[in-house]
Amino acid sequence: MLNRQGRPTQAGEAASEQHATFTGNKALQQIEPLIFEIGHHETTGVDIDAPAPFKSRLGKHARKDGIGLPGLSEPEAMRHYVRLSQKNYGIDTGLFPLGSCTMKHNARLNEKMARLPGFSDVHPLQPVSTVPGALDVMLQLSHYLMTLTGMPAVALSPKAGAHGEACGMMAIKAAIAAKGEGATRNVVLVPESAHGTNPATAALIGFSVKSVPARPDGTVAVEDVKALLGPEIAAIMLTNPNTCGIFEPQIVEIAAAMHEAGAYFYCDGANFNAIVGKAKPGDLGVDAMHINLHKTFSTPHGGGGPGAGPVVLSQRLAPYAPVPFIHIESGKPRLIENKDDAPAGNQPFGRMTAFHGQMGMYVRALAYMLSHGSDGMKQASEDAVLNANYIRAGLSDLMSLPFPDHPSMHEALFDDEWLKGTGVSTLDFAKAMIDEGYHPMTVYFPLVVHGAMLIEPTESESKASLDLFIATLRDLAMAAQGNDKTRFTAAPHHAPIRRLDETRAARQPVLKWVKPQPIAEAAE
Amino acid sequence: MRYLPLTDTDRLDMLARIGVPDVDALFSDVPAGKLLTAPLDLPRAKGELEVERIMGRIAAKSIAASSVAFFVGAGAYKHHVPATVDHLIQRSEFLTSYTPYQPEIAQGTLQYLFEFQTQVAALTGMEVANASMYDGSTGTGEAVLMAHRVTKRRKALLSGGLHPHYAEVVKTLSEMASDEVVALKPDVAATEDILAQIDDETSCVVVQSPDVFGNLRDLAPIAAKAQAHGALLIAVVTEVVSLGAITSPGEMGADIVVGEGQSIGNALNFGGPYVGLFAAKSKYVRQMPGRLCGETVDADGQRGFVLTLSTREQHIRRDKATSNICTNSGLCVLAFTIHMTLLGQAGLSRLAEVNHANAVKLADMLAGLKGVTVLNESFFNEFTVKLSKPAAEVVEALAEKGVLAGVPVSRLLPGAGLDDLLIVANTEVNTDDDRDAFVARLREVL
Repeated sequence: MLNRQGRPTQAGEAASEQHATFTGNKALQQIEPLIFEIGHHETTGVDIDAPAPFKSRLGKHARKDGIGLPGLSEPEAMRHYVRLSQKNYGIDTGLFPLGSCTMKHNARLNEKMARLPGFSDVHPLQPVSTVPGALDVMLQLSHYLMTLTGMPAVALSPKAGAHGEACGMMAIKAAIAAKGEGATRNVVLVPESAHGTNPATAALIGFSVKSVPARPDGTVAVEDVKALLGPEIAAIMLTNPNTCGIFEPQIVEIAAAMHEAGAYFYCDGANFNAIVGKAKPGDLGVDAMHINLHKTFSTPHGGGGPGAGPVVLSQRLAPYAPVPFIHIESGKPRLIENKDDAPAGNQPFGRMTAFHGQMGMYVRALAYMLSHGSDGMKQASEDAVLNANYIRAGLSDLMSLPFPDHPSMHEALFDDEWLKGTGVSTLDFAKAMIDEGYHPMTVYFPLVVHGAMLIEPTESESKASLDLFIATLRDLAMAAQGNDKTRFTAAPHHAPIRRLDETRAARQPVLKWVKPQPIAEAAE
Repeated sequence: MRYLPLTDTDRLDMLARIGVPDVDALFSDVPAGKLLTAPLDLPRAKGELEVERIMGRIAAKSIAASSVAFFVGAGAYKHHVPATVDHLIQRSEFLTSYTPYQPEIAQGTLQYLFEFQTQVAALTGMEVANASMYDGSTGTGEAVLMAHRVTKRRKALLSGGLHPHYAEVVKTLSEMASDEVVALKPDVAATEDILAQIDDETSCVVVQSPDVFGNLRDLAPIAAKAQAHGALLIAVVTEVVSLGAITSPGEMGADIVVGEGQSIGNALNFGGPYVGLFAAKSKYVRQMPGRLCGETVDADGQRGFVLTLSTREQHIRRDKATSNICTNSGLCVLAFTIHMTLLGQAGLSRLAEVNHANAVKLADMLAGLKGVTVLNESFFNEFTVKLSKPAAEVVEALAEKGVLAGVPVSRLLPGAGLDDLLIVANTEVNTDDDRDAFVARLREVL
């Protein structure tokens, strides 16, 4: 059918025929070279006037050669990064069930608030008298974090979860040293199921690590912990809810056993999103716990950071919190930036970072907390748990559950038992999910489960979204069990790029762009 | 609640499908008496308008750098960031993605990390750079630990020109790991004899240039002496724009270069989030901390990028990892690399030139004031002045007159007897009016 100008308004006969394109582009998916391949050394996208002649004070330090970096004009730069962005999957693209990462909705209100000049355009070392708003944010955030966790103190400055772990463990080390046990109490218990950051952190701070075996039901048993206790045990690092998505049923007994043995309980708070407003770590005997503001409190993950990892502390550890911190003195906040200025009773163990931590993230997290309120935060946790269990209920007849005896918290863990004999691995299954338009779940973690698939939908998904996800995973599961192997082993078929050779990347590391040599020169 | 899609009907249907009577049945593993029944004592949910009002009121209490004549630096700098940068980093596909664990749907992130690593290596004059650290100070701490792994020694030597907060971060980490730190005393005029302190037990020498007082330092003799004793030179750069004007640390022989990248692409943010730059000689790459992005090919032979050399990292090596770091500073890296791409070497060297010119102008103006002495022989965009009154008092008095004059050394080094010293930064954002205001108000105060 033609319209009056002769423009076809329906597809022609050969509409379904496939052609490789001349460019390699696929319509909206464009091949994008590196900036070094499209930019020029003389190009700049920033107009700055040359200064009037002046006498340099650089002395002999003036740079003699060019840096060797190209620039792009503004339109070129805009197009480069927009095209790159189109090769990325984000929460705003679709369901992002990456277990243990809490990929929940990132409200743009929080972005807007973080950019208010009173937050984004203040310097960490401008006079304290000119930044009462910044201190106010830190105090309000602290109040929320302490109330939500039931803990009496918080150290805000750690820059990310792992940095928070280091801060909490340093406070424990300082407390042990203050008791005169620094030389002898130097072993930290870490369950096999723990995040890799836990043993890495303990080792970083000079502790040695002893593993706590995992029970067949995915939990840590108090008798296993007690069997390992002794005068050399400094602490246990336990994730709760744990990495198998289960609330540790014996957590109170484990905490009590640690305390009785003169040791401390570090709780990895990565999974706090399951229990906000439902249970308080302070009621469970926790001594220190980091909170990933980028998980539970929705500050954007940003392609892998920046995060923020404030640490709540028990009364026993509070005196050792690092500088800087805010101390309330006769009703007024005072910023303590140096160990020697600490008020009586405080013995800060040191400093985690140059300045005050991730202010930009504090603002976003506080905006999240104000928006949700106590009622909304509790509802969010309940919905996160409900969503995970709904997915579990929708898949457990097809996919195998390693720990069926406990309800899941905010994430559902499957193993690869159900894939046995199909020739399809967990990784293949994940890659096939990419073709269906989903970001895969966390795979091969926790390590205690073979071929683990850890699904965390978060509270941000609607029932319709979950139903479609379940239906898709069921289709894929049946295909995997029904001999449709290449759908999986060759996946992804429809992503911007096919499966990548990670072995080659590691064996012959190419970590930066190097100008290709003309063949004649290269042969010399 | 606007962020929660489930309706009450959905919730009931879903509970029925799961086969539990209510949501608390899913919390049955929470020990008896520990499940909260009453709501926590915090305000209830608020609409967007109300949150904006509350946050707006808090923000308005602080004085923003752009609203005054602003000369504060000492590790964080006020620069102009092109509008393009903040627009692009807020694209959903960048903002709401995560660490590229699934490279086939994260090529955007991976390619900009690869470009960033290339830019950082070129800027610092080093062979390899990682995908970033939290900030310059934590990067410095990690660099010292890396040097200990490379040299199998445990003594770090810190220059007295190193930012005191960076030195504190290194000392904290080292004390915890029972490693030794020798910190030289504050070195205002860059006259310390650091060479004499290097011996066969030294693992690394940590030197900042421009140093915290603004002096430019010749790293070459320190690199030579350190390397002759089997130690590494760690060069620290807290003002990365300076690399547009001065010889790179790599050219002067540094083994590891750590930088604070905030100056390019990132706002002041009261100290964070920032972006730590981390570069090294390639022979040490397997001892580096943090994420590394590398080039490879896909099943069709097409170029692509992945995270690589992860056998160094905590999720594989656990307590034997090179660091406990998990994330990098993704979005701040993106801001850095976009701004750097817009600048190119031409723009960066022009930007650096303007910074230096402005600082020279201010230094000359201040040097003409009674009661002010400029202490630096050489500097980039920051220098130290000696005042006839305690600097902290002067800064407070000037703040009331609409000039944020700099960082009193006593704030960074209380009790060091340097109370009359003020560190003054001057970037491209400062106008002649700003400098005139500074000089006029300072004259009133002194």
